[in-house]
Amino acid sequence: MRRTLALLGLALGPVLVLGVFFVLPVAGMVARGFWPDGAFDPGGVLEVLTRPRTGWVVWFTLWSSAVATVVSVLLGLPAAYALHRLDLPLRRVVRAALLVPFVLPTVVVGVAFRQLLGEAGPLGGLGLDGTPVAIVAGLAFFNVAVVIRSVGAAWEGLDPRPAEAAAALGASPAQVLRTVTLPALRPAIVSAASVVFLFCATSFGVVLTLGGLRYASVETEIYLLTTNLLDLQAAAALSVVQLVAITALLALAARLRTVPDPAVARRTARPRAVRRSDWPQVAATLALLALVAAPIATLVVGSLRVGDEWSLGNYRALQTTGEGALLVPVTEALATSLRTAVDATWMALLLGLVVAVVVTRRSRTPGERRVRSVLDGFFMLPLGVSAVTLGFGFLITLDRPPLDLRDSALLVPVAQALVALPLVVRTIVPVLGGIDDRQRQAAASLGAGSLRTLATVDLPVVWRPLLAAAGFAFAASLGEFGATAFLAREDRATVPVVIFRLIGSPGAMGYGMALAASVVLAATTAVVMLAVERLRVPSLGAF
Amino acid sequence: MRSVRALASVLTAGVATTALASCSLVGGGEEEENANGSPGKVVLVTHESFTLPEEVLDRFAEESGFRLEVRSAGDAGSLTNRLVLTKERPIGDVVFGIDNTFASRALDEGVLADTDVERPAGAAAYDLEASDDLVPVDTGHVCVNVDDTWFEREGVEPPRTLADLTEPAYRDLTVVPGATTSSPGLAFLLATIAEEGEEWPAYWERLLGNGVKLVDGWSDAYQVDFTQGGGQGDRPIVVSYDSSPAFTLDGDGGTTTSALLDTCVRQVEYAGLLEGAANPDGGTALLEFLMGPEVQEALPDSMYVFPVRDDVELPADWARFAEQPETAYDVDPAEIAENRDDWLREWSDVTSR
Repeated sequence: MRRTLALLGLALGPVLVLGVFFVLPVAGMVARGFWPDGAFDPGGVLEVLTRPRTGWVVWFTLWSSAVATVVSVLLGLPAAYALHRLDLPLRRVVRAALLVPFVLPTVVVGVAFRQLLGEAGPLGGLGLDGTPVAIVAGLAFFNVAVVIRSVGAAWEGLDPRPAEAAAALGASPAQVLRTVTLPALRPAIVSAASVVFLFCATSFGVVLTLGGLRYASVETEIYLLTTNLLDLQAAAALSVVQLVAITALLALAARLRTVPDPAVARRTARPRAVRRSDWPQVAATLALLALVAAPIATLVVGSLRVGDEWSLGNYRALQTTGEGALLVPVTEALATSLRTAVDATWMALLLGLVVAVVVTRRSRTPGERRVRSVLDGFFMLPLGVSAVTLGFGFLITLDRPPLDLRDSALLVPVAQALVALPLVVRTIVPVLGGIDDRQRQAAASLGAGSLRTLATVDLPVVWRPLLAAAGFAFAASLGEFGATAFLAREDRATVPVVIFRLIGSPGAMGYGMALAASVVLAATTAVVMLAVERLRVPSLGAF
Repeated sequence: MRSVRALASVLTAGVATTALASCSLVGGGEEEENANGSPGKVVLVTHESFTLPEEVLDRFAEESGFRLEVRSAGDAGSLTNRLVLTKERPIGDVVFGIDNTFASRALDEGVLADTDVERPAGAAAYDLEASDDLVPVDTGHVCVNVDDTWFEREGVEPPRTLADLTEPAYRDLTVVPGATTSSPGLAFLLATIAEEGEEWPAYWERLLGNGVKLVDGWSDAYQVDFTQGGGQGDRPIVVSYDSSPAFTLDGDGGTTTSALLDTCVRQVEYAGLLEGAANPDGGTALLEFLMGPEVQEALPDSMYVFPVRDDVELPADWARFAEQPETAYDVDPAEIAENRDDWLREWSDVTSR
């Protein structure tokens, strides 16, 4: 009992933060739907659930996200293998490059994709613009990096000996994969797939831009209902559906993730030379690289064109406000972005670390275990809620003392930290969970205090994954658009917000500058990810 | 013992959090001192397209003595809804950017306070019938634009009217931003409703049958699909603004596009004092400033719209190439207020069938 209390005590900080900056705003918006004129009227919300359009929207969201998740996993697995187990030249650079789409603003990627797939584009002949295929391709483009990084990390940490033993006993490579490797990777694949599914199901820009308005997902519908029609009952109904579905998904994922022996292998397999049998995986990786590179190449080429000539003019213009299209030059926005990302990163790390410690300590009773797994899932929820709901919720709930935070400069980094938090938690938890608790007991029995134990047992194992999580959080914060656009003050706009402005301005420079700013953002991200790669994280982290 | 230690870690974590938070890289600083609406500042709530040159914004501080703070997000619809949801505790003193399609919602919901601001020359023509609490600031027209060079090259006569767009000659040539996701898209829908009356869904079906392409927003339509946009698409007919031809100069003293002046619908953007504003005096000063010559002169270059004052000079390119229609489709704001949601739902049904 006392242990459970201590556990809750330690969890209090992060729970409080999430309570104020997530539960309160979302509950506030949902409550507006349930109490339309101050009187409780759940009937109105229930009525929305029976509309045919609601069913249609939910169904589209489910199947498009599921297909996009499967595509991401299928594309990501060979690349995860090739980039983490094989000694390919430049593999660190490729790994960093594959993460770039993850942070690009969807507006820009949408435009780049449409230039490729549109009627006038090089792939226009396929007639994909405005089809569900384009939506799925866009979603996979954004999320395949999550699969590569998390599954790749687990694959690198996989003991190669069981597979070798199976092969020596006569198993074919396919049999080894099916009976030895994939079962061992299951937790990582399930974790990655669940995160990808969450990202897909709540993606907003991709569905609107690439679907040509013919398709509506739960997220775009909530946006339309809230910002345009002001139909808060319907928005609340869909938010509740979203929350219920995501809670179910997280519970399922947690169940599928569990393995009998989660102990982390301390030894990571050294990448080996490429053999003939690896060629399919290498070819698949190269194909994936080409798929990811194509829209980015469109961006780079576009950013280097001024009129009909090649020029660096768009990049030089980044020091200006784009003929008055912006209040601050893009360079200043980049500085703001970096500062905000630093803040968001330390917040996400601090919270994530506490959460990870709480979640991974060995449970003595079933009740305690339940508390831990509920907490684990709780901190994933921000991924699954519409940024519009959160943004409007901030405005209507954090508006009076003691929580008069609407004007606070901390709101943007906090919101970004909430988005990055699940990534941090999912990176650190498997590592901390793999530490044998007997080591801590040994340290304690030798007289070490709890802090000392933390410093000598946990920290040496966890610091590299922690740095990796920092890189992830930093990148996620750099690319965050939905909540930031809603909350950022005009003089403190971040790069994605500025890009959105530029691309919507009819001035001659706007479009080129938006592309140039996207390239700069992509390059900044790639540099950050490369720096993280340099730390040679022993790849124990997995989602 | 264990719980004592755990408690100690909690405290340490708490202290660490506070310590780190206080040396936040972005937080703190000058902003905090005025956090509670001291009389020294005016907060302007606006949409994401708001921008004015720094010199102009600085002029406001010099002239009025109030510091201006801008909070912008979303489009005109999202802006109006934010104000409706926060009307008990307004998020600023002044709103700018409510247009004629959303004006009635803001007025009906009691978001705006009474004001008594004098209109400069020409501005009164844009006043709403329902109330003069919303002060007109700028105006513009949403019109179908065509790429003249394309039509010349192909030897095809460009379209002139909305009905022309459904002709087989213009099959697969038009791109339109969505009415539910963009404000020019909504304006275009209103134009078709004004033209076709009750029959508008049938018109849209003919439009879709003629291969019209629907996209998310203006930037997608103009920059990606329009032949004269940044991305050089392949559709020479697009829904845009009457000012757009001033941005497609060919370098030889001409422009490559033109607006079809028989397809236009008028948009007017309004400003107003928010009910319960912390600084009503500063707010009134800002309203007057928005209608003053400095802002009005800066509007074309900053926000691509026409001033409501008729005594300010337009930029040279605008005077030559941004032609305003003599007459435009007009939908009564009261009718818009009553039907907007139904129209949008019906439009969604027609277009996503």
